Amino acid sequence: MSPQSLVTKQYRTVSYVSGPLIFVRNVKNVSYGEIAEITLPSGERRRGQVLDISKEMAVVQVFEGTRGIDNFNTKVRFTGEPMLLGVSPDMMGRIFDGIGRPRDGGPEIIEEERLDINGRPINPASRDKPSDFIQTGISVIDGLNTLVRGQKLPIFSGAGLPANKLAAQIARQAKVVGEGEQFAVVFAAMGITFKEASFFMRDFERTGALERVIFFMNLADDPTIERLATPRCALTAAEFLAYSHDLHVLVILTDMINYCEALREISTAREEVPGRRGYPGYMYTDLASIYERAGRIKGRRGSITQLPILTMPDDDITHPVPDLTGYITEGQIVMSRDLFRRGGDPPVDALPCLSRLMNLGIGAGKTREDHRNVADQLYSSYAYGRDLRRLVAIVGEEALTDLDKKYLKFADEFEKKFITQGDEDRDIERTFDIAWSLLTLLPEEELKRIKREYIQKYHPSRKK
Amino acid sequence: MIRGHISRITGPVVIASGMTGSKMYDVVKVGREGLNGEIIRLEGDQAVVQVYEDTSGLIVGEPVENTELPLSVELGPGLLSSIYDGIQRPLPALAESSGSFIARGISVPGLDRKKGWSFMPVVKPGAEVKGGDTIGTVMEFHIEHRILVPPNISGRVKEIQEGEFTIEEPVAEMEDGAKLSLMQKWPVRIGRPYQRKMDPDTPLITGQRVFDTMFPVSKGGTAMIPGGFGTGKTVAEQTLAKWADTQIVVYIGCGERGNEMTDVLAEFPELLDPRTKLPLIQRTVLIANTSNMPVAAREASIYTGITIAEYYRDMGYDVSLMADSTSRWGEALREVSGRLEEMPGEEGYPAYLATRLAAFYERAGRVICLGSEGRKGSITVVGAVSPPGGDFSEPITQNTLRIAGTFWALDTSLAYRRHFPSVNWIRSYSLYLDSIQPWYLTAGYKDWKEVRARAMYLLQKEVELQEIVQLVGPDALPESEKAILEVARMLREDFLQQSAFHDVDSYCPLEKQYWMLRVILSFFDRLNQAMNKGVPLRKILSLPIKAEIGRMKELEDPKRIQSMMEEIDQSILALEAER
Repeated sequence: MSPQSLVTKQYRTVSYVSGPLIFVRNVKNVSYGEIAEITLPSGERRRGQVLDISKEMAVVQVFEGTRGIDNFNTKVRFTGEPMLLGVSPDMMGRIFDGIGRPRDGGPEIIEEERLDINGRPINPASRDKPSDFIQTGISVIDGLNTLVRGQKLPIFSGAGLPANKLAAQIARQAKVVGEGEQFAVVFAAMGITFKEASFFMRDFERTGALERVIFFMNLADDPTIERLATPRCALTAAEFLAYSHDLHVLVILTDMINYCEALREISTAREEVPGRRGYPGYMYTDLASIYERAGRIKGRRGSITQLPILTMPDDDITHPVPDLTGYITEGQIVMSRDLFRRGGDPPVDALPCLSRLMNLGIGAGKTREDHRNVADQLYSSYAYGRDLRRLVAIVGEEALTDLDKKYLKFADEFEKKFITQGDEDRDIERTFDIAWSLLTLLPEEELKRIKREYIQKYHPSRKK
Repeated sequence: MIRGHISRITGPVVIASGMTGSKMYDVVKVGREGLNGEIIRLEGDQAVVQVYEDTSGLIVGEPVENTELPLSVELGPGLLSSIYDGIQRPLPALAESSGSFIARGISVPGLDRKKGWSFMPVVKPGAEVKGGDTIGTVMEFHIEHRILVPPNISGRVKEIQEGEFTIEEPVAEMEDGAKLSLMQKWPVRIGRPYQRKMDPDTPLITGQRVFDTMFPVSKGGTAMIPGGFGTGKTVAEQTLAKWADTQIVVYIGCGERGNEMTDVLAEFPELLDPRTKLPLIQRTVLIANTSNMPVAAREASIYTGITIAEYYRDMGYDVSLMADSTSRWGEALREVSGRLEEMPGEEGYPAYLATRLAAFYERAGRVICLGSEGRKGSITVVGAVSPPGGDFSEPITQNTLRIAGTFWALDTSLAYRRHFPSVNWIRSYSLYLDSIQPWYLTAGYKDWKEVRARAMYLLQKEVELQEIVQLVGPDALPESEKAILEVARMLREDFLQQSAFHDVDSYCPLEKQYWMLRVILSFFDRLNQAMNKGVPLRKILSLPIKAEIGRMKELEDPKRIQSMMEEIDQSILALEAER
């Protein structure tokens, strides 16, 4: 930072400890956001970050927690640097803890560069438009909510719903049609259980993907505050791979709800004015500083695609965490407990799902010319069919018109054949075939969302 | 020069001591890197500064310098087709000096200093001019950029030259020695003066059926678009920026996604204005302060935007300003207010939220501009609102509702079924219906008000009937009410729904809108007549003309749509004859 900070001083002036925060008195030349090294009376070393400084006091959040810190013997040294992560392509295949130290027992990384984990905002004028269709092999995503390279598309899940299975399937099957190269994966675990983490590890191992994955693991029993650094470390490694080594990187962040809990804990300890449900008012800005690191940059080959996973407390999509996430990300994939119970696999509730960048990745030359029309038609027909289900519950199926009965059948078949697919890896043509065969359940004049020329060309009744 | 030093740093807020003599809203340079900031509170010799750049790495004791100038924008030729951050730094210039990621402490002027503009005077030496008078013009693309006398200057012109000038070179000198150049500066937090405001009387034509026909906003009016995520706020704002019939568009991406701005930047140079047939970017000024850019600059961005809009309004143009999203601006206020440890109001927002919102929206309007020419200009403000959880009872939505003249309520359940634009026709309203009705009369749509009212009645009736259907099933309804349900469905699907991505449907001229609505209503009338003569409803609904109506949005020629009224008549006559 500044020349003065070459002379490092140790302070023994910890005056107050509260939750994850320590207050250090009479500090000099400490910069905002820099990293402090804390030596406990036991000799253990921990790291922390400066959150607030004034002439009298520096407030430091300790990543590994404050247990064992006293206000007499504990020594604090300010490093004069922001939080840096040493990065190298050799990180692939390795496992790190939540702040980037190896946790697989392997050697330290020989770093190519040391990067500030907070990154810097991408200049909007330097961004390149995402436009490459990623085939995930999952119909409800490829057909209705297409993912494109450089997008951030979260999975909104509920407790006990198989979001991990879906994320692993995407990581396994995702490819850009016509390009041989596979995605490098950066996996950031925040506060998830060992069981969940090992599910991913086994899945990557099984498919031989392990050597193109970097793991950052902060498990449920690891220090909470460390979680605030975990996604940032992961994205720093991802940016390095994408922009210095031309790789296409898929970043899986799980579980964002645990990240936000950590944010709330810090905010409460600082006695800040709480926003909705006690989360701090700046949570939108904070989440944006993570999600907005997805994208493509003009003149560079690599890209970062984000797949954050979050568990909606009580399946409530209006809870602040999914809500703010939805406002920042480019769409969402939402899981439904109802469909899960009825055997949907993946149990994706198509109606609230959305991919905002879909139009950039589909159409003639990318997927197929009728893609937009078919997706719109499936959506409106399925939505109407779902409305009818509610009606049937009240008045019975006999009261419906013939046309409405067809819609009801369509909605059922749509869930059984289009959404449900298990472990199958469907290419996009297969997805279209299923879609059109479902649309034959409806009379042709009901297909108002599809251009006539496409009906002529693709409707199964016209094909011999 | 007032020089102090940093005594405390907390997030985007820095407290500086030794700042005696500073004024509120002075711009200061913070730290050795000279980060831009603005004074937002004074306490003794301490000044509280909101910093427009990332504050990491600042150290207590670093210098703080007061420029003693308010936060200002540069106004002059070169604004159009630019993309700026929240404090008017051109983003391409930032990329040139710091690469693809934004670095700190870079000062780049808002307007290009080197570019020459060909200036054509319209007044002669000796002419008496006052603030707001045009002294000459410069062509900025196809827009005649009028060079105006700054509001605070008046007198006799001593000298004025024709020729090529950069924006800083004087083009005219007044007798009192004041020199006028192509550029002027204006503090963003003060509205530019005008002679007086006028009542709105012209609708803003957007080519969107649900806006123009059902819930119009007037030129010089204000509209708000609230909606939960995924309801299509941004698509609606971008559609308006594309097709609104104003000469100038200012688009503010306030705390939103970076990829969205990329989308606009990539798309606008290629799309043509349906009226001038010139690239849309040539009438557009973009301000992008995305969600991951510094939060205080987000607060400034909407003021930067509206000041630029006022500058073009003063030249006598109609300007529309899209702010996406005002909620992010409100959150920036809340964040800074929280750091100042102010007493929070509702949901943590500061108590002055309503005042600030109102002051911003009131800078919209249709005015007689300053100057002796009596030019008329207008600013229409369309603000997107992102209510948490889609709940409209939150403070930003509620406070905006008190100010905005048109309310386009976006509806999550409509968006789920891909009914776009997802404007809820029951909750939305427009307060401009009466004041712009004379315009529709002179434009030749004599019964526009009645036609619209009938359509709204049917849609309202549908809601009531649906409630009954939910209880007892559709069979219990008499045929006449089933007919209403069918026609209301046609109104929804064939009229209100409009695809922003369809090559023909994305822009629907007013004439086409009018005839589309007339066709559906005349189908309803003929259907009722036929049913009175004993023709069963089922038969009428299976007429091929009904499917034709469903496809009329794809037709380009309004005459073709108009001729469908005749076809409806013919085919129903044929049914009646069968009986």
